[in-house]
Amino acid sequence: MNVLHHLDDATILRYASGDLDEAFAVVVASHLAMCPACRRAVRLAEELGGSLLEDTEETALAPRALEQVLARLDTPAPAPRLAEAEPGDVPQPLRRYIGPRLDDVPWKTVAPGIRRHRIRTGSASPLYMLHIGPGKAVPEHGHGGAEMTLILSGAYSDALGRFGPGDIADLDEHVEHQPRVEPGAPCICLVATERPTRFKGLVSRLLQPLVGI
Amino acid sequence: MQSARLIEQPPGYAVSDLRSEQEQARALREAEAARLRAEHRALVARIAGARDRAAFAALFAHFGPRIKALMIRAGADHAQADDLAQDVMLTVWRKIDLYHPARGSVQGWIFTIARNARIDRLRRGSARPYEDVEALELASDTPDGEEGVLSSEICEHVGAAIATLPDDQRTIIEYAYAHDLSQTQIARRLELPLGTVKSRMRLAYGRLKDRLEELR
Ligand SMILES: [Zn+2]
Repeated sequence: MNVLHHLDDATILRYASGDLDEAFAVVVASHLAMCPACRRAVRLAEELGGSLLEDTEETALAPRALEQVLARLDTPAPAPRLAEAEPGDVPQPLRRYIGPRLDDVPWKTVAPGIRRHRIRTGSASPLYMLHIGPGKAVPEHGHGGAEMTLILSGAYSDALGRFGPGDIADLDEHVEHQPRVEPGAPCICLVATERPTRFKGLVSRLLQPLVGI
Repeated sequence: MQSARLIEQPPGYAVSDLRSEQEQARALREAEAARLRAEHRALVARIAGARDRAAFAALFAHFGPRIKALMIRAGADHAQADDLAQDVMLTVWRKIDLYHPARGSVQGWIFTIARNARIDRLRRGSARPYEDVEALELASDTPDGEEGVLSSEICEHVGAAIATLPDDQRTIIEYAYAHDLSQTQIARRLELPLGTVKSRMRLAYGRLKDRLEELR
């Protein structure tokens, strides 16, 4: 997979330090499943955490802590979860939400040529998938907050370039864009958005159901 | 001991020696950090090889109090932080065969286990996305081939690289990792716009990455 659009450096740092909520963490992890370069960048960012853990001041443990933990070493561990071996085109971190195959997603039509599937997570940020027909344009929209879009299949283009499978558009709230799907095949993508703090006006309010919020 | 040289100043000690003295002190700190990292790798190898409890006790004595401090700063009370420190180190014991030196340092690996525990237990969030990525990496025999290897050369310079960041960037990195503050909380605490915090994070990580990847 030839990934051209990667995670923002600030996102890598937030993911490594544990600051992303579940919706965004799933999108990031799904990109990582497809992108060795960003996996390496995350590991480097985790080394920062290791270094700061090492340099942190210590807080004395309870007096019997060592004794207690040693006593627990022989208790049986829960069985390790193995990576899903079932074949499919869905990246591993997304499979526990939608299963292994994109063909099995229960789409709902939300506008002509645009289908959506909402994914329930424990976080407040909406997470959903979009299935956009070939040649179709999503109306120009800004965001109430950050938006992260990972392409799973097909491709679209906007002012930021061409986005194909594995590419991620990691955008903050100031970016407005109007993606147009390439002719020939639909574009399937995974999207996390921050819950918007404000609605800009009637147009964006009308767009909310379309872009998923 | 090398450190004795630093304490016993020669009588003709001059201001011009100060710089080299600071450099010496830094070199000493780095040598000590490198010694510790090698020691941790050796302890992990003993645990993996022979389920060595004394080696585990030594690792626990080092990391337990640090993990506890991390959890307290993330909002845990003492009892809860003690539990979490134990649980994290128990996970280290159970997953010891999954540690791979080519993927990074022992301290980096233990940080990720502590972070996941913090997300699951203190944030009521889900560390599963992280675990899925880890499982994928483990499923491939080599750590992503060349691309995945984080050399010990790189890992050993992380602390020094953080130390060279400008104060305003280093503070944000420390808040994010060691104080478990969200981007929004950092912005509030520093009385800065969120966008400024984001761009400083981006600058800080970009700079660290450039510095460290030069050592690749
Ligand atoms: Zn990437």
